[in-house]
Amino acid sequence: MGDTNGESIVTIQSDELVKIAYLAKLEIDTDNTDRLTNDLDQILNFVDQMKSVDTTQVEPLSNPLEMTQRLRKDEVTETNQREAFQKIAPATAAGLYLVPKVIE
Amino acid sequence: MLPESVSELLKGLESKSFSSEEITRAYLDKIKQQNDSLNCFITVTEEQALEAAKASDQRRANGTSGPLDGIPVAHKDLFCTTGTTTTCASRMLENFIPPYESTVTRKFAEAGAISLGKTNMDEFAMGSSNENSYYGPVKNPWNLEYVPGGSSGGSASAVAAGLCAAATGTDTGGSIRQPAAFCGITGLKPTYGRVSRLGMIAFASSLDQGGPMARTAEDTAILLNVMAGHDPKDSTSSTHPVEDYTASLNQDLSGTRIGLPKEYFSGNLNADTGKSLEAAIKVYESLGATVEEISLPHTELSVPAYYVIAPAEASANLSRFDGVRYGHRCDSPKDLEDLYRRSRAEGFGAEVQRRILVGTYALSAGYFDAYYRQAQKIRRLIKEDFVRAFDHIDAILCPTTPGAAFKIGSKSDDPVQMYLEDIFTVPTSLAGLPAIALPCGELDGLPVGMQLIGNYFNESKLLNLAHRFQSETDWHQRRPQI
Amino acid sequence: MEWEVVIGLEIHVQLATKSKIFSGSSIAFGAEPNTQASAVDLAMPGMLPVMNEEALRMAVKFGLAIDAEVSERSVFDRKNYFYPDLPKGYQISQLEYPIVKTGQVDIHLEDGTKKTIGVTRAHLEEDAGKSLHEDFHGMSGIDLNRAGTPLLEIVSEPDLRSAKEAVAYLKKIHSIVTYLGISDGDMSQGSMRCDCNVSLRPKGQEEFGTRTEIKNVNSFRFVEKAINTEIERQMYILEDGGSIEQETRLYDADKDETRSMRSKEFANDYRYFPDPDLLPIEIDQAYIEEVRQTLPELPEAKISRFCSDYGLSDTDAGILAASREQADYFEAVATKSGDAKMAANWVMGELAKYLNQNGLEISQCPVSTDALGGLIARIKDNTISGKIAKDVFDVMWTEGGEADAIIEAKGLKQVTDTGAIEAIVDEVLANNAAQVEQYRSAEEAKRGKMIGFFVGQTMKASKGKANPQQVNQILKQKLDG
Repeated sequence: MGDTNGESIVTIQSDELVKIAYLAKLEIDTDNTDRLTNDLDQILNFVDQMKSVDTTQVEPLSNPLEMTQRLRKDEVTETNQREAFQKIAPATAAGLYLVPKVIE
Repeated sequence: MLPESVSELLKGLESKSFSSEEITRAYLDKIKQQNDSLNCFITVTEEQALEAAKASDQRRANGTSGPLDGIPVAHKDLFCTTGTTTTCASRMLENFIPPYESTVTRKFAEAGAISLGKTNMDEFAMGSSNENSYYGPVKNPWNLEYVPGGSSGGSASAVAAGLCAAATGTDTGGSIRQPAAFCGITGLKPTYGRVSRLGMIAFASSLDQGGPMARTAEDTAILLNVMAGHDPKDSTSSTHPVEDYTASLNQDLSGTRIGLPKEYFSGNLNADTGKSLEAAIKVYESLGATVEEISLPHTELSVPAYYVIAPAEASANLSRFDGVRYGHRCDSPKDLEDLYRRSRAEGFGAEVQRRILVGTYALSAGYFDAYYRQAQKIRRLIKEDFVRAFDHIDAILCPTTPGAAFKIGSKSDDPVQMYLEDIFTVPTSLAGLPAIALPCGELDGLPVGMQLIGNYFNESKLLNLAHRFQSETDWHQRRPQI
Repeated sequence: MEWEVVIGLEIHVQLATKSKIFSGSSIAFGAEPNTQASAVDLAMPGMLPVMNEEALRMAVKFGLAIDAEVSERSVFDRKNYFYPDLPKGYQISQLEYPIVKTGQVDIHLEDGTKKTIGVTRAHLEEDAGKSLHEDFHGMSGIDLNRAGTPLLEIVSEPDLRSAKEAVAYLKKIHSIVTYLGISDGDMSQGSMRCDCNVSLRPKGQEEFGTRTEIKNVNSFRFVEKAINTEIERQMYILEDGGSIEQETRLYDADKDETRSMRSKEFANDYRYFPDPDLLPIEIDQAYIEEVRQTLPELPEAKISRFCSDYGLSDTDAGILAASREQADYFEAVATKSGDAKMAANWVMGELAKYLNQNGLEISQCPVSTDALGGLIARIKDNTISGKIAKDVFDVMWTEGGEADAIIEAKGLKQVTDTGAIEAIVDEVLANNAAQVEQYRSAEEAKRGKMIGFFVGQTMKASKGKANPQQVNQILKQKLDG
């Protein structure tokens, strides 16, 4: 896959996968690393076709309609709904969300 | 025998031929009989539906009914519904009961529609076959060994099998149109910004768009009337005026210029699908439309660009699922890092994780320009292709998918082959244009669909074109035998 | 080796809007945990941000106040990282297209010189929540009330050359944002927080040394101490032939030291990209002009005006103009009293002393500008002496009331009736015959000093109420006569 133009093939190195998984906060099953690396290589080689077009003069497009931001009046419109929101939370105490100790 | 379309059901309710409670019970019975084999619904809200139906009958008796009053519908399970589990077909949200309502489902409720429940989908709307669901694959009612398409596969299968009168879907790169094509129903992806995204769990924010899935173009128009409109709580929602989409369904097509993009009728297209499209083109010509070849030269780059932009946006959109405020949390995390990594690895399925990783990679230092920025530039080129085309044509006619539905399991091992299923739907998504998919043929007992693409906010033209086609043909009336 | 210190500051200013930057939640300080965290602030699935117009207006005001170019088009980006106080897993910020571009502010140094400090940019972003480290069964608690509070991050050029300059710059930014009314500037409540980038380079070298960033310093005093501590630490390492590691450090005020933050497995890679839930903000020149019309007089303009209109020194004008409240107070007193210099001395002297002793801000001052102005007017028209005025002021502070009423009630009115003063003088001279004799036999040149004794006695006898000039004059007549 991918090496259609005789250009280099993208291959994700295992340390790169480790870094991406760290950034994305996903635990990677070590049994699955090869399979995953292979899938990602395939996908990246596929999207690499984008290189075939010269876009130096093209402005990136983020929003298809290129609209501009509407602004909201500065008003307090929200009321306290802590009880409803924390009813669906995995762990709370004293109105706080609980997480393993945050160390700085 | 009850009628099948929303428009006929509304007439029957109005003339008191039957009550909303009666039809709601009929649909609930059908769901009971068939959902085990089709797996369309993740949640069926029987009690609430019956209560709502009774209330609807009361309103009709009082003469205060809304535009969809009493019509049983189903919502894709990524529209947040107060008090009803909203899973996104993910283990991550298995027990998530939102304390708030999406704008789309609120509008349906305000119009009097009865929600039968929440439909199955590809997890977080990522997929083209509905095989990526924590709740198992959805089956195509035309042949249970085949996929219904995705990601709105549950909605498409439910509408096709008659388990609801109509349904909501969302389309990011074809997720309404492709399953509509595979299941032989009519599905519209409106212009980006036409339907509010508030309360619709995001996959890729600059592409996601909710839309109607129904049996006919007319029903689609009735539903769009309810769904469309500006939402001040969605910054990307358009203030463009909303039309009555049912008003122009029967307009004369004389002089309508239809473009056929040559890139869509080449290599990727299955020959039999091509024949069905040729027949459809003839129908339009007979209705007075003129047909010409056009070129959308950057079509081939749309899938690569899409599979960078959508995962990049998704990688950030899905960061909020961290096991802290809602959703799946792993057992006894040993530290914060462990909480994040295990909760997310356990909560997300394989395809979702794959896309998060691809998106993270495409945005990371050293790759951003080559992937993300390049994809956005190509996005502009693709949009410009369409803008040029719409200078001299009114609509584009093309296939929705390269072929008919494929067998469950036949493509699930090859992500890229699966991505290529989206070749005819992602260009319009990237450009933000409206497009409608509707059946125009059959192949080995499976429906074949065509796609009509319109200019920005020109949904009424598309619905007019689709409705006129359906007035001349009966593809949309064919039903799977189950 | 001689080292040159290079400092740049990143100042986070909480904007004084009513609601959050992207949601309708209140930003009031001190609410119960998570009671001001809406579905948007909690990053509930499907929730979307909508921009607060007032936060934009405030950012534009700041840009105009520092003579910066205000961007007609600015873009919000997502800055991606996981942290429990960041519910979305990304912070909405601005990277490539900030709302405010290059500007500058002037700072006044202790030696009386002025220095211009460059501001690289200022951008809008959302604040994070708070992690509370009290023990909840071995867990940390997360309060997201602050999440989504609008922030303006003001980034300076590396133009500062000492901790003192850094503090002067920080104070200047503080006075600008409080003058504009876009922030309460309360550092103790975190309304203004500062990251300090510090590096050293051999004097004369053009290239910058490796810098460290001291995070979240939250008082003027700590900024000075933290920077000086960090300078010392770096100098020690460099003098020893070592090298500085680029890193983020925390300032520990108790130990007066900076320490390295736990190093991460990988360097941060924030993967900024334009937030697709928000669209570019576009504003036109008409909007910018409209905002410009609402700008108040700013500190620099006020300082020059105080110098030219009131004849104050640069230093005094700088002190008075440090806060808008103090400047307004001074001007009201000056107008009421008709004597700007005396008004300045009172505001910087007696009033400042009382405020300081009672730990009050000028906005909480119990003495009204009318009362103080009225008091100074009575000094000016010789109704009371400056000394008596301090007693009157004390009454005003503790009991309230206007100068005239207090002077009347306490019988403090200055005696200016020549006859009455003569009578007191006569009595003093009679009671101090020996000293009178001594005076009269003294040489002319020494008499000037000796007369002070009689003035003192006379003032004492009059309970301070006699007009000192008249006393002097009458004494001279009688003694020399």
